[in-house]
Amino acid sequence: VRAVYALYPNGQSAQEGVNRLRSAGLADRDITILSGQPMEDYEFGHIDRRSYMWWLACGGGLVGMATAFFLTWITETSWPINVGALPVYAWWPNLIIIFELTMLGAILTTVVSLLITGGLPGRGEKLYDPEVTSGKILVGVENPDAASVDAYEKALSAPPGAVVKKL
Amino acid sequence: MTHPTGDRINQDLLRPLLQTSWRFYLLVALFGGVVLLALGMWFRQMYLGFGVSGISWPVYWGFYVTSFVFWIGISHAGTLISAILRLVNAAWRRPVTRCAEVITAFALMIGAMFPIIHLGRPWLAFWLAPYPSERLIWPNFRSPLVWDFFAINTYLTGSVLFLFLPMIPDFAVVRDKSTGLRRKIYGALSFGWRGTTKQWHRLETAMQIMAIAIVPVAVSVHTIVSFDFSMAPVPMWQSTIFGPYFVAGAIFSGIAGLIIAMAVLRKFLHLEDYLHPVHFENLAKLMLVMGLLWGYFVFNERLVTYYGNGPGEMAVFWRTQRESFAPLYWTMVVCNFVLPLVILGIKRFRTITGAVIASFGVLIGMWLERFLIIVPSLGHKYLPYSYGVYRPQPTEIVIAAGTFAAMVLLYVLFAKFVPIISIWELKAGEHPSPELLPTALEEHPLGKLHL
Repeated sequence: VRAVYALYPNGQSAQEGVNRLRSAGLADRDITILSGQPMEDYEFGHIDRRSYMWWLACGGGLVGMATAFFLTWITETSWPINVGALPVYAWWPNLIIIFELTMLGAILTTVVSLLITGGLPGRGEKLYDPEVTSGKILVGVENPDAASVDAYEKALSAPPGAVVKKL
Repeated sequence: MTHPTGDRINQDLLRPLLQTSWRFYLLVALFGGVVLLALGMWFRQMYLGFGVSGISWPVYWGFYVTSFVFWIGISHAGTLISAILRLVNAAWRRPVTRCAEVITAFALMIGAMFPIIHLGRPWLAFWLAPYPSERLIWPNFRSPLVWDFFAINTYLTGSVLFLFLPMIPDFAVVRDKSTGLRRKIYGALSFGWRGTTKQWHRLETAMQIMAIAIVPVAVSVHTIVSFDFSMAPVPMWQSTIFGPYFVAGAIFSGIAGLIIAMAVLRKFLHLEDYLHPVHFENLAKLMLVMGLLWGYFVFNERLVTYYGNGPGEMAVFWRTQRESFAPLYWTMVVCNFVLPLVILGIKRFRTITGAVIASFGVLIGMWLERFLIIVPSLGHKYLPYSYGVYRPQPTEIVIAAGTFAAMVLLYVLFAKFVPIISIWELKAGEHPSPELLPTALEEHPLGKLHL
């Protein structure tokens, strides 16, 4: 058996399914939960919440800022043009470019960190059921212990409205 | 008025993607034809030379730069409004955000075309990029035009990503509901999205970070566009108020564009159950506030110029107030101030139809505002040798009109291939019961930022 899972019609049943799998000895990281929308109204929707994306974005912003500083410095000093009484490297006009590239750095880092930490693009065979996008909530176990499959199946089938499937 | 839920949302919002009516082909043919005509006129301008346009010394910025500033302004509708509404966690944003974000992406693309159209030899457009040239043409890296390059490209990149990221879960919905080639294409676009709790958290965090980053970028973009003018020694351009004045005008025109787009979508895609009168009313109120702010800035600009009484400034001032440009100026005031104030200020008129009428007025008024900033000043600088007249030619008029058709065409095509309302965000707005709502997730208070 590659996976055992249940499809639930609502969040309450899914929460019960998750709780029963925990009672069967599974850790949160071993339980797969898929839904067609964020399920923040339920406790299971808060699993895996912690991330370093804010700090990565700040880091990306700093890289962008350093790049802008380098770019403005290297271009303006390598190809100096005297315009009026302006200094060759002028802070005021360069602050705009530094600001824009700081933000661009933060934005691009955020997107890259989303893709990496969110496992996108998804590779290989993963547990999935198209019913998820129709509103069902999938709770299951991937690559379960052969000896525990029956126990998981029993736990998953207990909440109301559960449709249990095996792959 | 009903509130669709679950599978009904999928059916309603995927219908335009999975079924094609004759109206789609008609719209594509109609607006595509206008776009082709505009392209033809552009090629004609390239072939015959820039003389076919009305642009000549001293008015080198005519319809093209007017349209450039106008479209960059329209782009403020989407991402900025969407980002602010996301940050304050306003529940009513859910059906509105994507309609708005699309406007930003397309308006920026169209706006960014104008510096290229404005070139006599557009195949040398890469000269615009501020790179050190080996052809002994040294770009001035401190020029406001270099700021434009960085600001517009940052905003365009950020806006496209801000639009694309929340589309990934919706592409997964289309993937699961379709077959054949369509399934393959949407499968690739969905990046193998499954909807794990981790993916949802990361997506929502990414959207929060990007919303925070994109708001100051949006403000900076139009401030920087205003610097293209206010950094130049031209009468009535050197004004410290131009930055906020341009930003307010941009948001103002952007909201008008958004209201019209939403009204058309509501009518033609039968989205009455999703785009409710309250969405239009909220946006109309926002537009009214921006209209008042715009009026305040115009009054400020005019009063200070009048009191300063500089001869160069006053010459331009009177040209717009009571001489050759006066009809356009007062039309602008009526469209941008009087019309929205009367229609949107009176509750009885603040209907969908009222908001759309006011929005059309605002779009006309804001285009005229951009024109009146540029042309009267350039045609009457400080010394008499630089006085001149600008008369737009058919080439410019058709190209400018073609960009409006291009906007509609791109919007129609987008609505055909992507759910125009974010499916997952609509569903996320459904809560099972009030007692299950954690306090931090209540809709109207400020959203909690998980820093």
